[in-house]
Amino acid sequence: MAKRQKSSNIQDMFERNIFALLTATALAFSIAGIVEIVPLFHLKSTTDYTEKTDQYGNVKNERFPELVWERTFTEDANGKLVSEKALYKEDTNGNWVLADWKAGDGVRPYTPLELAGRDLYIREGCYICHSQMIRPFRDERERYGHYSLATESMYDFPMQWGSKRTGPDLARLGGKYSDEWHVMHMLRPQNVVPESVMPAYPWLADRLVSEDFFGTERDMSKRLSVMRTLGVPYTDEEIANANKAIAGFTEMDAMVAYLQVLGTMVKLDDSKVYRQ
Amino acid sequence: MDTTAKPQYDDGVVKYLTVGATVFLVIGTLVGTFAAAQLAWPVLNFDIAEITFARLRVIHTNTVIFAFGGMTLMATAFYTVQRTNGVRLWSNGLAWWTAILFTIGLLATVTSIGLGITTGKEYHEQEWPIAIAIALVWTLYTFNFILTIASRNKETHSHVYVSNWFFMGMMIAITYLYVINGLAIPVSLFQSYPLFGGVQGAMIQWWWGHNAVGFFLTAGFLAIMYYFVPKQAQRPIYSYRLSVIHFWALMFGYVWLGAHHLQYTALPDWTGSLGAVISLAMIIPSWGGALNGMLTLSGAWDRLRTDYILRFLIMSLAFYAMSTFEGPVMAAKSVNALSHYTDWTIGHVHSGALGWVAMVSIGAIYHMVMKLWKTEMYSMQLINIHFWLATIGTVFYIVAMWVSGIMQGLMWRAYDEYGTLAYTFAESVSAMHPYYVMRTFGGFIFFLGAVVMLYNIVMTIRTAEARSANKVESLA
Repeated sequence: MAKRQKSSNIQDMFERNIFALLTATALAFSIAGIVEIVPLFHLKSTTDYTEKTDQYGNVKNERFPELVWERTFTEDANGKLVSEKALYKEDTNGNWVLADWKAGDGVRPYTPLELAGRDLYIREGCYICHSQMIRPFRDERERYGHYSLATESMYDFPMQWGSKRTGPDLARLGGKYSDEWHVMHMLRPQNVVPESVMPAYPWLADRLVSEDFFGTERDMSKRLSVMRTLGVPYTDEEIANANKAIAGFTEMDAMVAYLQVLGTMVKLDDSKVYRQ
Repeated sequence: MDTTAKPQYDDGVVKYLTVGATVFLVIGTLVGTFAAAQLAWPVLNFDIAEITFARLRVIHTNTVIFAFGGMTLMATAFYTVQRTNGVRLWSNGLAWWTAILFTIGLLATVTSIGLGITTGKEYHEQEWPIAIAIALVWTLYTFNFILTIASRNKETHSHVYVSNWFFMGMMIAITYLYVINGLAIPVSLFQSYPLFGGVQGAMIQWWWGHNAVGFFLTAGFLAIMYYFVPKQAQRPIYSYRLSVIHFWALMFGYVWLGAHHLQYTALPDWTGSLGAVISLAMIIPSWGGALNGMLTLSGAWDRLRTDYILRFLIMSLAFYAMSTFEGPVMAAKSVNALSHYTDWTIGHVHSGALGWVAMVSIGAIYHMVMKLWKTEMYSMQLINIHFWLATIGTVFYIVAMWVSGIMQGLMWRAYDEYGTLAYTFAESVSAMHPYYVMRTFGGFIFFLGAVVMLYNIVMTIRTAEARSANKVESLA
């Protein structure tokens, strides 16, 4: 029988004591996260010097002011969160439209319809074949546009950078094709791009976006308020009206709304170096 | 020989997990082959939401990685921990609960993905109710494993064997990474929004994503290698020192590599560079480990001619060495600029997943089936046929993806004489068609091998009693 020997070195001690080995292993693999991930929450360069200015997630960027849509949040007399600028509103015809933001004004939260479209984009797994992250290469610039910036996905929970381009990058898809093109493309991709290997998504046109899985309601107010908890700034009014703003639209409408906003929020300045 | 002196082991749960893993290998490779065929012939999507490529691809990854891989890891961990520590499981009941709940969790995952219920985070698609359940089951597995080791007789088994280090490291690393990456706020029973978004979300996602590879598919399967290669070769592991270095370098190093999935993206450059540097350094421990396994056969290489199970184990180490060389090369920035977003990545994953993970598992499963049912395999010839189907299928698959991946990368960046892009994206898609067909063929061959394996194992189990009875008769 093996005689009990005194531990001669630290490895020997680990091999005799499983709990010591467990602790040492946990320490060994924790180092990477501390070095690689923790600084990303603190270094301003991570987000192109875009900084949060309040607890609601509102932001400013002094170095590159064109990147973000700035607005200020205050509490009104009733304790409601309000802002001097509105993201979306109901127009005189009863349609829900963008209010004080115009394309190129800077990164802003998604409207309820766009956010619903984004949820569908995830449901259908579009990110499996399409990236939303343009790299700083000449060919990518010519094919897709200006390279992507961290600020552009700061309101994306989860991010949709993707890892594979079985289809083309979609980071700056918005405005490249008409709404009708997108509808035709999703109904039968091969009708507009014969070489395409993309599946068709005909059911998007038949379903109301207000309905979620198994006939439950897609509660956009809940979703916007969770987004605000995560740091995406919405006013109380925007949260309250969110369900009305998607009423009557199909899933296809929501998907198109999302695809058409991709990459249109910021007007990037070609003379500036945003990333070192 | 006095057989009563041998310790009895809790093998029922191992039997269940071993057969379960084989069934999921067949299902997972079938789904993978079908998804591959959809890319070659998109009409196969049939306009049915539940089986469109993007959903089926995720069902495939979850079935092969977490169902087949996970059940193999559970089977081998429960099998080896008892034998290397000379004790029964700390709790056989808990092990059964773990195995059954894990199976249910995986079936729930696969079903929910088919329905479109997903987090949209690669390799972490389970929505919050399933994710919480799976994390709890995984914790039970880890807990039972560690307490089994702790309950060993320290007089007879003073030191914990190397396979147990790797299993334990894999279990706790996976729990830690899976839970942090999965932190989210639910918005309904079927959806949640993750706590981390944007650039930080991307880094945390790949910190987990690469370690689904690094810990789940590498550390766990190295544990399998460290037990089953010496057992099957009937020789001790080549070098103890090398295994110590291998273990610590892997535990420390692998977690850094996630950043190499984000080269040239909006993630700060220093992070990607750090990921690339550590990736390159990882060649050393990886090759050390592969050599440690292969050199265990020194002086007994002739056994490869007759022992088909050993062939699987050694071939798996060859693929391990190859893909752990290929990985760091692809992590290098200039190569990554070409390879990222292309099929080359898919090829790399499959040289690791089919060549290394599946083959080492297959070798271990054959070994365990014979020991668990105390019999020879129904047909050794079928194992040989399986070996060649698996090897040829893997080679077809990865060659197709190398060619298509590099071609894609080159077509995207090609310029004509006027200085404009030479190809539209659609042209690059249609150029991939022959390789997608070839990949489907390779996947199908590999799937056939899995079917042969399942048949062989089922027949072995069905005839096990009859055969051991025959053996007793012939001995008498």
